[in-house]
Amino acid sequence: MDEITTVFIDEARQQLAEMEAGLLRLEQDPEENDERDYINGIFRAAHTVKGGAGAIECRFIEHFTHDVENLLDSLRNGDLAVSPALATLLLECCDQMASLVEVLAAGQAEPAAEVLRRGQALTERLQQISAAGKPALAPDDAALAKVEVDSDGALNTDSWHISVRFGRDVLRGGTDPLSCIRYLADLGEIIGIETIADAIPPAAEMDPEACYLGFEIRLQTKSSKAEIDDVFKFVRDECELTILPPQSKAADYIRLLRELPEDPMRLGEMLLRCGALTQAEIDRGLSSQYDSATAMPADGEARTPPLGEILIENKVVHRTIVDAAIAKQSQVVEKRAHDAQLIRVHADKLDQLIDLVGELVIAGASANLLAQKSRQSELAEATSVLSRLVENIRDSALQLRMVQIGDSFTRFNRVVRDVAKDLGKEIELVISGAETELDKTVVEKIGDPLMHLVRNSLDHGIEPTALRIERGKSACGRVSLNAYHDSGSVVIEVADDGGGLDRDKIRAKAIEHGLIAATDTLSDKEFYNLIFEPGFSTADKVSKLSGRGVGMDVVRRNIVALRGSIAVASSAGRGTTFTIRLPLTLAIIDGFLVGVDQASYVIPLDSVVECIEKKRLSGDRNFLNLRGEALPFVRLRELFAVPGEPPPRESIVVVQFAGSRAGIVVDELIGEFQTVIKPLGAMFPNLRGIGGSTILGSGEVALILDVAALVRIVSGSEADGLLAHRHGSTFSGSSPQSSVAQLAR
Amino acid sequence: MPAEKILSISEDLTIYHALEHKDALLDALSTTDELLLDLAQVGQIDSAGLQLLILLSKEAQRAGKSLRFVAPSPAVSDVIELCNLAAEFGTAPPVLTGAAS
Repeated sequence: MDEITTVFIDEARQQLAEMEAGLLRLEQDPEENDERDYINGIFRAAHTVKGGAGAIECRFIEHFTHDVENLLDSLRNGDLAVSPALATLLLECCDQMASLVEVLAAGQAEPAAEVLRRGQALTERLQQISAAGKPALAPDDAALAKVEVDSDGALNTDSWHISVRFGRDVLRGGTDPLSCIRYLADLGEIIGIETIADAIPPAAEMDPEACYLGFEIRLQTKSSKAEIDDVFKFVRDECELTILPPQSKAADYIRLLRELPEDPMRLGEMLLRCGALTQAEIDRGLSSQYDSATAMPADGEARTPPLGEILIENKVVHRTIVDAAIAKQSQVVEKRAHDAQLIRVHADKLDQLIDLVGELVIAGASANLLAQKSRQSELAEATSVLSRLVENIRDSALQLRMVQIGDSFTRFNRVVRDVAKDLGKEIELVISGAETELDKTVVEKIGDPLMHLVRNSLDHGIEPTALRIERGKSACGRVSLNAYHDSGSVVIEVADDGGGLDRDKIRAKAIEHGLIAATDTLSDKEFYNLIFEPGFSTADKVSKLSGRGVGMDVVRRNIVALRGSIAVASSAGRGTTFTIRLPLTLAIIDGFLVGVDQASYVIPLDSVVECIEKKRLSGDRNFLNLRGEALPFVRLRELFAVPGEPPPRESIVVVQFAGSRAGIVVDELIGEFQTVIKPLGAMFPNLRGIGGSTILGSGEVALILDVAALVRIVSGSEADGLLAHRHGSTFSGSSPQSSVAQLAR
Repeated sequence: MPAEKILSISEDLTIYHALEHKDALLDALSTTDELLLDLAQVGQIDSAGLQLLILLSKEAQRAGKSLRFVAPSPAVSDVIELCNLAAEFGTAPPVLTGAAS
């Protein structure tokens, strides 16, 4: 697949996502005041897709989108009113466009027969509606209609408008713009043409071999857009070309005005003169122009006031055109600034940069270490400045990968809408914290688990409407997605206000699956977390959405693979909340270096709360009294089976994860340390308590502790131990100690 | 400075001679207040040539000088008509009357 096609597919997907989002909003609040903005946005998206499809000559997308665009155009001009039914149809069209784009992405030359049939059916519906909607002109457009719009809402004529600005190198490239014009003339009849020579610089700077010409052309022809486009085939890349089909609306011309580089007032004049506006207006406008022209013969440039102004005075040009012209200047500047704010970078390049920065961090740490050992204060100072800069570079580099989670949230609007319709429930989706940023890789990988959770909430969480009313709740169920930052991790909550998890059912099911014994007494939390066990589903019937029992354990596995965790809280009759905690990034962390015996370990600094030193910790009890609170702790020495006696003074690092605190007992505290996480590799998939490894400045390997797992081990050791004991499969890593100990040597 | 000067162009007004033409045309304009450009001999004209004519006409306007194109050859009138520049160049009645009628 060539590069242009790839770019198109990428862009088309984005545009379709925007279009879908716009349609959903439109469907929800058709009455809203800024509905016009939505419609414009939707139209723009469809238009861009169509234009792109045309450029890569993908006819099946172009043709289908063309009909969609026509309907949207009627909406935009108020010929048609927005209705939920229409929005639904447009959503279907949007889906169809998406599947057509996927056909292209799959490299097929033509869509499958089924897709074509669906497209055909949609096209027919679209055309029916378009045809039916034509005569109805919304009354609030009357003002607009008064001057330059015909009764059918379209600007006069049945001719194409072609606006072209040739690139500087066109002549040198061997193409004569005039031959393009002649070729156009062969296609049909040029009923109006204006030569735009504004780009010609003063004589001294003018390069006679460069091309400065542009044309506004009115062409009456039976040719298709593609054929007109083909005229400019050889200069396509070098020129700015806009082709407006017949029956284009005032808004199109206004947009053209905005997009063209020349003075809009003069352009408006040009548009009028080459016939973009109605015949009657031209007559009216021209008669005024001839008056002034005869008053000042042989002086074309000084024909003041310009035709544009005369027309406005005569109310021939609508105020909106003038406003568009006035607004143009500042918008051009803004647009440029906006364009400059974004560049597309290939993700691989970014990853490579992050990798390099990772190496830089390691090398920097090594230099820092050496500098400190050398006891040369100047060198130490220099390296410390250096490491601060490296730190900044690291942060900025990571920032590059950060994306807002909002995009992955908004696609659930559609999911919720469709599923709610399927289930016959009324459900609204509330999104908050969409601006929360997290690593792109994480965002990509969290999509599927989130989808599962949301569907789960929709299907099992929210009760049927009748039951909701019976329970005294509002008929409309609510599913909320929320994201926020919390001490170095990102928290994503999926909550519903449905019936909550059914404790008894979970219990029965768990006993049935042999997860717990009938005599076990478990806390609510432990009960609820049983749903993450493999093969667990409490749904009585398997629906097409969820309930096959292959869900929640996969969700948990995916999240754990991202070094995250998931928990569920539920209250009967009030709803269920799933809380996912994820690390901000997967690549680099600020670590706290500690030592046990000869080996070093890294604790992610974000999770460190404080460090305390204790003499002679009592040997048996794994709790200590920290300012009146019981703090469970774990000895790394024991956990990893490090041989030898502990030193007389041990240190305890107090860590926190997901609200629970625990102490990690180590031999010595070494200090803060920036570290690049290197995965442990396929050899050690079952290690518990180790999140990865890193290379110290000295070249030694240090293991990174997985605080989440440690806290779980420490605080939940008894319950987990029970479960693990009874059902050996719960934690597959049977004895991590020995292998870790070997690794740490 | 002579009041009126006639410059005859005998070569094709195409990109191949665009550099020479630019200098010749501007030189001619700078030496007079009223330039008559004889285009009868021009066998071919392309966009580069057309641009030069537009440039010259702009320069003339800027300097407040009079410039007239006389006796355009068929090739030249064809292009001027094609691009609807007759009004600007003052060689023929405004083509716009056609559109307005």
